[in-house]
Amino acid sequence: MNEILACLVRAIELIVTLNPEVLGVTSLTLTISIFTTFLGALINLPLGGLIYFRSFRGKGLFIHLIRTLYSIPTVVVGLLIFLLISRSGPLGFLGLMFTPGGMILGQTVLVTPILMSLTISALEGVSRQVRETAISLGANEYQAIMTVVKEARQAILAAVLLGFGRAISEVGVAMMIGGNIRGYTRVLTTAIALNTSMGDIELSLALGIILISLSLIVNLLLGLLLVGIKGQGGIMGPKVR
Amino acid sequence: MVQGLGKDYDGSEVLKDVSLSVDRGEVLGLVGPTGAGKTTLLRLINLLERPTAGSITFGGLKLTECSDAEKVAIRRRMAMVFQKPVMFSYSVYYNVSYGLKIRGIKDKCEVEAVLKEVGLGSYAHREATTLSGGEAQRVALARAIITKPELLLLDEPTANLDPKMAKIIGDLILRQADGGAAVILATHDMGLCLRLSDRTVVLVNGRLLATGRAEEVLGL
Repeated sequence: MNEILACLVRAIELIVTLNPEVLGVTSLTLTISIFTTFLGALINLPLGGLIYFRSFRGKGLFIHLIRTLYSIPTVVVGLLIFLLISRSGPLGFLGLMFTPGGMILGQTVLVTPILMSLTISALEGVSRQVRETAISLGANEYQAIMTVVKEARQAILAAVLLGFGRAISEVGVAMMIGGNIRGYTRVLTTAIALNTSMGDIELSLALGIILISLSLIVNLLLGLLLVGIKGQGGIMGPKVR
Repeated sequence: MVQGLGKDYDGSEVLKDVSLSVDRGEVLGLVGPTGAGKTTLLRLINLLERPTAGSITFGGLKLTECSDAEKVAIRRRMAMVFQKPVMFSYSVYYNVSYGLKIRGIKDKCEVEAVLKEVGLGSYAHREATTLSGGEAQRVALARAIITKPELLLLDEPTANLDPKMAKIIGDLILRQADGGAAVILATHDMGLCLRLSDRTVVLVNGRLLATGRAEEVLGL
């Protein structure tokens, strides 16, 4: 018990004294996770919308398939991306292997099923009457679609947060594609795995505390944002005069 | 004007050979039991559904033959209030000004005045989804009339209102007609129909049974 407590004290010391290694790993983790979430949202929110609003053959099956991919193991995604971007792979010429760019690509693939299917679910959660009401009030198709999207804003934002959570806590892709190179592709999760195996429990614990704190901060920020959205039109909605 | 209108859902006939017309400044009462096809008829006129037979003409245009862009333009000359209106999850102000916004009208000074007309003058900043059924119905009516529609389609507009408020809303509907709008009022409320409608049509099992003055067709 005393040993755990001593580790915890040392971990807090590392955070408070702004240990350069801790700072570097945290900063890279945040950068990669934010870029992943942004890129994932940029691609998958419109795609999810397109799938929801358009009718096509096999749509139901396609949505089931995306939902099945929710639980795809990260190492499988890592392996697929590895095959794609390794030197002999079809995208090998991009030189993304063992780079933060490669990690962002891999993690974007990983968060794709979550973002896409939760966007579809968010839109499915909006009453069909919302669209009809918009149309009956004179909205054209685009305006009616945007009205439905705005009604789903809270659920869509929650989906984005979940995507961020998946990206920041991911190990498999980060390890296989990034290679866990110190100061270049080492992120919180891979650093924790490595330092634990090397017996540096204090550093692992410090990084673990940061990882949990980051998730907590993002959750709190989202909570505040959702309150803002509900109360005054928020980031996506028009403000009340 | 509606001519020989019919609508099937999976082979089940909801409307058959319905013909009627309404002029500007006129209130046409549409009465009939539940399931008679009143709501379907309003939805067809509002172009929310396609008829399986017949035609709808509005302002000289045959709506059943219009392109999607033309349908939007025509719908902007109408407004419909649903029996159970849905509120957008923003403020009452946002809901009432919605029709203006999508038409690109920036001047929204009429919102407050219209809200006052429906007895909700102090509700502009309230969250619309927290309103009671009656309040939501009044916001839905305000949302519809603010665009000054030529044709107003009302589906049970006083269903959730107390008699006093129903009278206020009735007066408001009459003012719309006096202002030149054609109004089709689907209702179970015979008293309301008697008070507001210039003509009344009775719809039973999707068929038009009678047309005439409310006192005549309702046998009152």
